[in-house]
Amino acid sequence: MATLHVLVVDDEPGIRSGVTRILGNYTVGYPFMDEDFDFHLIEAGTGEDAIDVLNSEPVDVVLLDNKLPGMDGIEVLEYIKQQNFDVAVMMITSYASLDLAIKATRNGAYNFMPKPFTPQELRASIENVAKHLFLKRMTRKMQEEGKQIRFQFLSVLSHELKSPINAVEGYLKMMQEKQFGDKVEDYDRMIDRSLTRLKGMRNLIMDLLDLTKIESGKKERKMRDVNLAEIAKMAMDTMEPYAIQRSVKMKLDVQGDPQLLADANEMEIVFNNLISNAVKYNKDGGKVQVCICDRGKDLEIKVSDNGIGMSEEDSDKIFQDFVRIKNSKTKEITGSGLGLSITRKMIEQYNGTIEVESKPDEGTTFTVSLPRL
Amino acid sequence: MSNEKKLILIADDDADYLFQMEAMVKNLGFRVKTAESQAEAEKVLETVKPDLAIFDLMMEQEDSGFILSYKAKRKYPDMPIILASAVTAETGYNFDLYNENDRDWIKADLYLDKGIRPDQLHREINKLLKL
Repeated sequence: MATLHVLVVDDEPGIRSGVTRILGNYTVGYPFMDEDFDFHLIEAGTGEDAIDVLNSEPVDVVLLDNKLPGMDGIEVLEYIKQQNFDVAVMMITSYASLDLAIKATRNGAYNFMPKPFTPQELRASIENVAKHLFLKRMTRKMQEEGKQIRFQFLSVLSHELKSPINAVEGYLKMMQEKQFGDKVEDYDRMIDRSLTRLKGMRNLIMDLLDLTKIESGKKERKMRDVNLAEIAKMAMDTMEPYAIQRSVKMKLDVQGDPQLLADANEMEIVFNNLISNAVKYNKDGGKVQVCICDRGKDLEIKVSDNGIGMSEEDSDKIFQDFVRIKNSKTKEITGSGLGLSITRKMIEQYNGTIEVESKPDEGTTFTVSLPRL
Repeated sequence: MSNEKKLILIADDDADYLFQMEAMVKNLGFRVKTAESQAEAEKVLETVKPDLAIFDLMMEQEDSGFILSYKAKRKYPDMPIILASAVTAETGYNFDLYNENDRDWIKADLYLDKGIRPDQLHREINKLLKL
C-alpha cells in the first residue's frame, strides 16, 4: 500500500473535515499497478498555512480553493509552480471562469472540481489525480532509466477510453432515472449505442495489445514460410458478414508465389487492418480488390477500394497514432485510430514499406512492399 | 421576458454525448438545436441566432471550439457561449498550447468541464441568459 499525502486548502472547516472524512478511509487501485493507494490528509485554512505545510512535509496532491482570506488559490498555485514541487493540484471552486481556468491551467493545475461536490465526485476526481500523478512519476522514472514512453500517447489514450465510458454512463443514468419511459423497449437505442461504444473500446484495447507487442519488441516472432494468399483469404472471411451487409464485393488476385518468411500472426494483423478499412470506408455496392504479386526480391500487397477516399492532406496523417479522419462521410464508422499506425510499424519491422494513394469519392489504394528475407 | 422557450445550440462530435446533452438541456426547459461538427454549427449560425451556445472544444480540429466561438461572437456579439471540454482533465492538452496572442481571441463566456451535473448546468445557463 502506498500513501498519497493530500493537502486540503480551504477556509471553510466543514469542507476540510468533509474531505478528510471522505478520503480518510478510501483506497484506489488500478489494473496496471501492483499496489493500491490510500490517503493521508493534511488541512490548511489559508494559503499561507498551505505554503508552510508544503515547505515542511511531503505532499502529493493539493486540493485548493481559490477564494481564501489572505493570498488566494492562484497565488498558492504560482508558488507551487515556482518552487517546482512535485504535486498535482486540483482546484476546488464554485465555477471556474474562463480566465481563472486559463490562469490555473497555465500554472499547472491538473483539474477543477466544482463546489458543492458529492463524496462520489470527490472520490472520482481524486482517483483521476492519483492516476495522473502515478503516470507522471512513472514516465519520469522511465525516462530517467532511459526507457521510452510517450506520455502524450497515454493522455490521448485516456481520452479515447474515457469518451465511451462517459457515453455509457450517461445512458445508464438516463435509464436509472427512467427519463424516457418505464418500458425496456423505450431504451433500445441507448442500449444499442452503449453496446457499440463498448465494442469500440474493446477493439481499442485489442489494437493496443498489438501495438504493445510491437513496441516492447519482446514478443518472440515465429518466422516460418507463410502463404500470404491464405492469410488474405482468412482476413476476407472475417470481414465477409459486414461486407455482405453493405453489399461490398471482395476479390483476391494472386500472381506468382505468395510465400514469405514471416510471422503468421503479424501478417494477419496487416491484412485484417487493410481489408477491414477497405470495407469500412467503402460505399454500399462498392468493391475491394486484394492483390498479392510476386515481384522477385519483394512481395507486393495491394488493397484497393472504390470507396469514399480522402484528401491528400488526410492521407499524410493517417499512419499516426489515434488519427481518424472526421467528416460527414466517416461519422458513422467506428475505429480506434490505431489500425494503420500498427500496420505501418509491423511492416517496418520487416524492412518493408507502405504507401497510400487516394482520391475523395473515388477510392483508396494501399501498397505494401515486403522484401523476401 | 417573453414566454417563448430560449433556443440553445449544442455542438459536439460525440453523437452520444450530444444526444445526452440535448436531453438534459431540453429537460431544463429549453429548445435545442444540435450540430455534430464545427462545420455544421457554422452552417446553423448562418441562418439561426440561438440565445446561447454550448461548444465542445475538440471536434474536427483540436481547437474547433475556439474557432467556432470566435466566428459566432463576430456574428452575434451578445450571444453567450459556453465551452465544454475535458481538456484539463486529459493531461495532454491544455491552454498552454495557445500563446498569449491567442488568448485574446478565446471568445467564450464560460469554460465548463464535461460531466457537469444538470443542476450546475442550469444555474450557469440561467446566469448567462440573465433569467
